[in-house]
Amino acid sequence: MLEKLLLNHYEAAAVILSGIGLTNLLLQRNLIKKIIGLNIMDTAVYLFLAAKGYVEGRAAPILLEAQGGGWITNPDVYVNPVPAGLVLTGIVVSVSVTAFALALTLKLYEHYGTLNIDEALMKMTEQQEELETKISDAEEDVLA
Amino acid sequence: MINMFAYNIPFASIFLMMIAAIITPLLPNRNRLPEKLSCYLIGTVGVLSAYLLYTLTNSGQSLAFNFSMGHFPAPWGNELRAGPLEAVLALVFSVAMLLSLLGNFSSTQEDIAPARRNIFCVLVNLLMASLLALTYTNDLFTAYVFIEINTIAACSIVAVKEGAETVRAALRYLVMSLVGSGLVMIAICLLYDLTGHLLMQNMHGAIQVLVTTKSYIMPLTVSLALITVGLAIKSALYPFASWLPDAHGSSTNASSAILSGLVLKGHIFTIIKIFYRVFGLDVIHALRMDTVIFALGVIAMIMGSVHALRQKNVKRMIAWSSVAQVGYIFLGVGLNTTAGIAAACLHIIVHACVKPMLFTAAGGLSNSAGHKKGLHALMGTFYVNRWAGLGLIAGACSMMGVPAFAGFASKLRLMMASFDTPVVVWSLAALATSSVLNALYYVPAVIVILTHSKDAQKNFTVHPPTKLYNFSMCVFLILNFYLGLFCVPLLRLITRGVNVL
Repeated sequence: MLEKLLLNHYEAAAVILSGIGLTNLLLQRNLIKKIIGLNIMDTAVYLFLAAKGYVEGRAAPILLEAQGGGWITNPDVYVNPVPAGLVLTGIVVSVSVTAFALALTLKLYEHYGTLNIDEALMKMTEQQEELETKISDAEEDVLA
Repeated sequence: MINMFAYNIPFASIFLMMIAAIITPLLPNRNRLPEKLSCYLIGTVGVLSAYLLYTLTNSGQSLAFNFSMGHFPAPWGNELRAGPLEAVLALVFSVAMLLSLLGNFSSTQEDIAPARRNIFCVLVNLLMASLLALTYTNDLFTAYVFIEINTIAACSIVAVKEGAETVRAALRYLVMSLVGSGLVMIAICLLYDLTGHLLMQNMHGAIQVLVTTKSYIMPLTVSLALITVGLAIKSALYPFASWLPDAHGSSTNASSAILSGLVLKGHIFTIIKIFYRVFGLDVIHALRMDTVIFALGVIAMIMGSVHALRQKNVKRMIAWSSVAQVGYIFLGVGLNTTAGIAAACLHIIVHACVKPMLFTAAGGLSNSAGHKKGLHALMGTFYVNRWAGLGLIAGACSMMGVPAFAGFASKLRLMMASFDTPVVVWSLAALATSSVLNALYYVPAVIVILTHSKDAQKNFTVHPPTKLYNFSMCVFLILNFYLGLFCVPLLRLITRGVNVL
């Protein structure tokens, strides 16, 4: 068991990191910390993919020059380019999602003066109750 | 062999909507030009999908085809796959999207500031593009990318109506969605490592080998569980549906209709593809995921309705009813037979037609009651806006499963599909209980809008509904009766589609 963990230490680290990220994303109250959690989780997945994509002794998937001129076209010399492609795509997605989440967080702060979603909900219900009592008071006045 | 024009339709319709999303912010904002252009383009996609469907069903031999993107062949390149089921869904999505936009054309004008309406069009077009891509794609990582595009567009479409409540709802939706898409991404990476493929059919072959040699069963189960939970969060299966009522209840009517009717369905169809095309039903059964999905579906059917009973706001009530309806679809998927999945697909189509109608109707009624959303404020509104009233009544009958309405057809098919399975007692009991619960909150709503009340009518703002509103309501009603009365050819088509999925 331990041997397997040591052998796959990159993957083990990635799993632990993504667990930390997911817990932060779910349990943190503060939205900024939630977004940081999201980024930790995404980065852990990239670590996992990069570790899986690396094969010892093989070159990056860019054609190498052979010694006697020409190019080495044997695919066994190179690593698979797809994991790196997936990481790149994932980074683009995660950057845009982070930007969007931060923009919404800014809006939330403008409206409620807090970065905590639960607190925002409490503030909103308080405001609604105040409004309702005002309306009912006004109605009573009219009736009187 | 299918003709070249039809062969290019899946890609063309996704591309068309992407281009539309790029063009609309550049257009001048006069006369609501961007919105009109989006409507025309969505209509075009609908026509194209109808033509694709016609060609596929009349082509005789093989019903489905793979469209390779770029010039790389199968194991390396990216692919789209289109069959009758995909074409039907694309057609239904575009029709429902078009009708939701047209029906709420004037309410969008009231709710969204003019400067933001261009953005609204961008989001609608992006949503449509991502839905089409999720329907057609044959590549799991492309599906992930479009799931994320879908997330961003769907959350923005909630927040596009300026206000404190919508921002909070959108953030809550976004956080839950991000948890879901994070899980999906981890699962896709695990699956890629296990199989070495990203194309669904090649993955299927590799998974079959893994299962027959009994190797890597544990990682396979974990990745299946992660991807199912991730997509279940996004399609609002009950224990993960806490974000839905806020997001669907507080946004503008067009957004609510689109989110409830279509966005959930894109993710559900992705789950169906993963179950059917990537893993295969026997593997799903061996890993016991069908039981989990079935149980969650049953719980969602009951709990969604129980929550809906407690709502006073009509839009939130309809939103919670969506949770129950998603439960029906998952019940069909959990039966784990071809008939069950066909019935689930039929229910996807029925719900995609009925729920936008209900939201549009509720929006129209609360509009004539002076923008009040409380259920009691709608008293007697039927007599002010009759088309909206009819829409709400027909939608309610459909959700309760009254014969001749759309919901009846799909519920009947779900029941018939469950007879061949060992869980028949559970599924019949759940369907019966849930229908009664649906009636418990829809019937009072119908009674309220039909009750004459002199006091309430003084407060009504007499906004005569626009012609567009009446037209789209009329088409919704026709669709509703068509699905309720003549769904047999459609079901046959869906079954053929599921067989070549």
